[in-house]
Amino acid sequence: MSIVNYLLSAFSIGIIFLLGATGEIITEKVGHLNLGIPGVMSVGATGGCIALQAMYKYRDVLPGWLIVLVALLACFICAGLMGLLYCFITVSLHSNQNVTGLALTTFGVGITKYEMSKLTRIGAHEYLYALPIFRQPFSDSTNALKYCGVMTFIALFIAIAVSFVLYRTKVGLNLRAVGESAATADAVGINVTAYKYVATIIGSGIAGFGGLYYIMDYAGSQEAYLSIEALGWLSVALVIFSLWKPLVCVFGSFVFGLLYIANAYAASILGITLPMKLTPIMKLLPYVATVIILVLTSIRKRRENQPPAGLGITYFREER
Amino acid sequence: MSTNTAIELRHITKRFGSVVANNDVSLEIRKGEILSVLGENGCGKTTLMNMIAGIYYPDEGEILVDGKPVIIRSPKDAFKYKIGMVHQHFKLVDIFTAAENIVLVDTEDKHYKMNAVNAKVKEIADRYGFNLDPKKKIYEMSVSEKQTVEIIKVLYKNSDILILDEPTAVLTPQETEMLFKVLRKMREDGKSIIIITHKLHEVLEISDRVAVLRKGEHIATVDTKDATESSLTEMMVGQKVSLNINRSEPVDSVTRLKVIGLSATSKDGVKVLDDINFEAKSGEILGIAGIAGSGQRELLEAIAGLQPLESGEIDYNDPKTGDIVNLRDKTPLQIRNMGVRLSFVPEDRLGMGLVGNMNITDNMMLRSYRKGKSIFVDRERPKNLAEEIIEELQVNTPGVTTPVRRLSGGNVQKVLVGREISAAPRVLMVAYPVRGLDINSSYTIYNLLNEQKEKGVSVIFVGEDLDVLLELCDRILVINSGRITGICDGRTVTKEEVGLLMTKSEKAEKEVSDGQ
Repeated sequence: MSIVNYLLSAFSIGIIFLLGATGEIITEKVGHLNLGIPGVMSVGATGGCIALQAMYKYRDVLPGWLIVLVALLACFICAGLMGLLYCFITVSLHSNQNVTGLALTTFGVGITKYEMSKLTRIGAHEYLYALPIFRQPFSDSTNALKYCGVMTFIALFIAIAVSFVLYRTKVGLNLRAVGESAATADAVGINVTAYKYVATIIGSGIAGFGGLYYIMDYAGSQEAYLSIEALGWLSVALVIFSLWKPLVCVFGSFVFGLLYIANAYAASILGITLPMKLTPIMKLLPYVATVIILVLTSIRKRRENQPPAGLGITYFREER
Repeated sequence: MSTNTAIELRHITKRFGSVVANNDVSLEIRKGEILSVLGENGCGKTTLMNMIAGIYYPDEGEILVDGKPVIIRSPKDAFKYKIGMVHQHFKLVDIFTAAENIVLVDTEDKHYKMNAVNAKVKEIADRYGFNLDPKKKIYEMSVSEKQTVEIIKVLYKNSDILILDEPTAVLTPQETEMLFKVLRKMREDGKSIIIITHKLHEVLEISDRVAVLRKGEHIATVDTKDATESSLTEMMVGQKVSLNINRSEPVDSVTRLKVIGLSATSKDGVKVLDDINFEAKSGEILGIAGIAGSGQRELLEAIAGLQPLESGEIDYNDPKTGDIVNLRDKTPLQIRNMGVRLSFVPEDRLGMGLVGNMNITDNMMLRSYRKGKSIFVDRERPKNLAEEIIEELQVNTPGVTTPVRRLSGGNVQKVLVGREISAAPRVLMVAYPVRGLDINSSYTIYNLLNEQKEKGVSVIFVGEDLDVLLELCDRILVINSGRITGICDGRTVTKEEVGLLMTKSEKAEKEVSDGQ
């Protein structure tokens, strides 16, 4: 059963990347490269954990779904606030997006370390026990679907919904126009600033779910918060790997999952034991895949597979 | 007001800082007519139309649509009053299809049924005789197809007033014919069309009336049938204004630079330079006149080694050795290493000329950092040079360590010109050196150029103000769509003659040029 286990685990960890990357795709589609995603995911996780901790005492009184809902809401708000901060600096103050994003990551990861260490260390299993909706999905691989946590479905639903909105609605057309050419969008009367703010904030909120999912569902332990940053960078890489398309991202997240944990399953599946020295190198596989995709799409040069034309460009309305 | 008037402008004034772009302009556009707005570069014709289209807002005056005063603060407002403008630089999303770009303007449409949109676009295109596939992506389109998309964008919103900013600048003659046919059909349909242009023959061919602007003021509006090319040119360039710029006689003029058969094509496949032949002599100022974008920049960049050429030769006559060297296909560094003393003051001062974030000393070093044998740069000499320039040209700056971008336009230009002159050039090329400068700074620059001329430097001066060109330059080369249409004597030629050479169609151009 180790192959099934491998595939299921890959799917399971892929959900983290999927949530992070879907959020980042929305942001990039309005032309903003948010390198603060690792920080946003960390802060989202922190917000969710704080809410859970506060509600934990009432676990016997309140229904489980309400506690989870409040946690998700707290996570979305905290991550969304990070998005708002990013937007204020890059959209309203016209600051450099890369610098702002990196600063946001540093800030988000730092604040997470501080806040998370203050939380009482309730064993993660206690959370899980109390709140069966957050559950490691594949503890029983024979009946995987039954044990999927609710967030797995949320993630898949979000990816499909985002794809629908982007490519099948007028709002999506406007949104993509803003990211391709803000001046064009402005000239036809689309509120560029509003689109940028709303898209970035919603995108950040969704990315925040990725962090919370990792802590509560995949890792099942608050202690795992230190790894979120690395997973966040992988999410940013996944956006490139997916060619800025949310549906490709669903598939891409699975591929990233497979590559990310290849190391752990190499022994049981292939029957080979990799030397310890190779472990860190194996962790690089998703990045290697991203580079390969980048090279391939650059060679083919199809315009549809390129990043939004306005990505990273600060928009000023033309003044004389 | 009669109901025949579509838009009326009353006493419109627009200022940008201290520059008056439009001064007390009153103008009316009738229903079902084609009106040309004619004028030189910078005469305020685009600014005026931008105010109708909602890009700018007038400082004074009012705009009336159908006899009622309206406030147009954004393109969206303009659409509300059924006014649409096609800008010179197209605003289109490259990876969208034609129809997707067009439906963007329809902010009320929430349904987004692409099939219906495609059909409606096709219907509009067919009605006016455009040839357009609604599902074609913009990046696969030619310039003329992109223009079609822009025009249909306006028609899609049922606009009655269509403003076109230099629509033929990017089109081939055949495409221009097609466009005119479409415009006539739209006129029959009762729509008003405004064309911003400086091409006289097109004005005469297409429009019913012509409004002439000069230096931000409305000179007159005449019926096209009463106008001729020369009467329009006269209105466009106006009376000669005396500026009292010194001009000495050239002494010991010898050919310094000889350009033979220069041709170049831009990335889009448009011919930007077409068989350019001229000589620049030592001790004289050669002016280059022309409508903006006629190939002036490409010509200077070709000589400086920045513009790839298709054919032609650029021969430099070295005054020390008497050797003639060809500068074609050489990089700026190679040109300098060959001992050619060429200085270039580009149009884009803070883009190509100086680095805005660096201070004056560091900007001086951009030209000298290769000098010296040590691996460390020599800071002392550039610093002295910077101080010298600040002192001699009276650059208004707190010191040599001030970033250049903090200086005013005039001071930036002084720093740039000062640096270029300090290299003791034999050929000095300056592009629009007084653009945006106040009167005093402008005269400082003219004096500097004259000084260089008296030192025997061959000065090439690209200008836009004809009065300045006529008083400063010994000879004036007129360039029109990448071709030389005449080389005139700066002392005898009249403003009208130069104006005609700049704007005339190809047919009747040689008549006026009397060479030298």
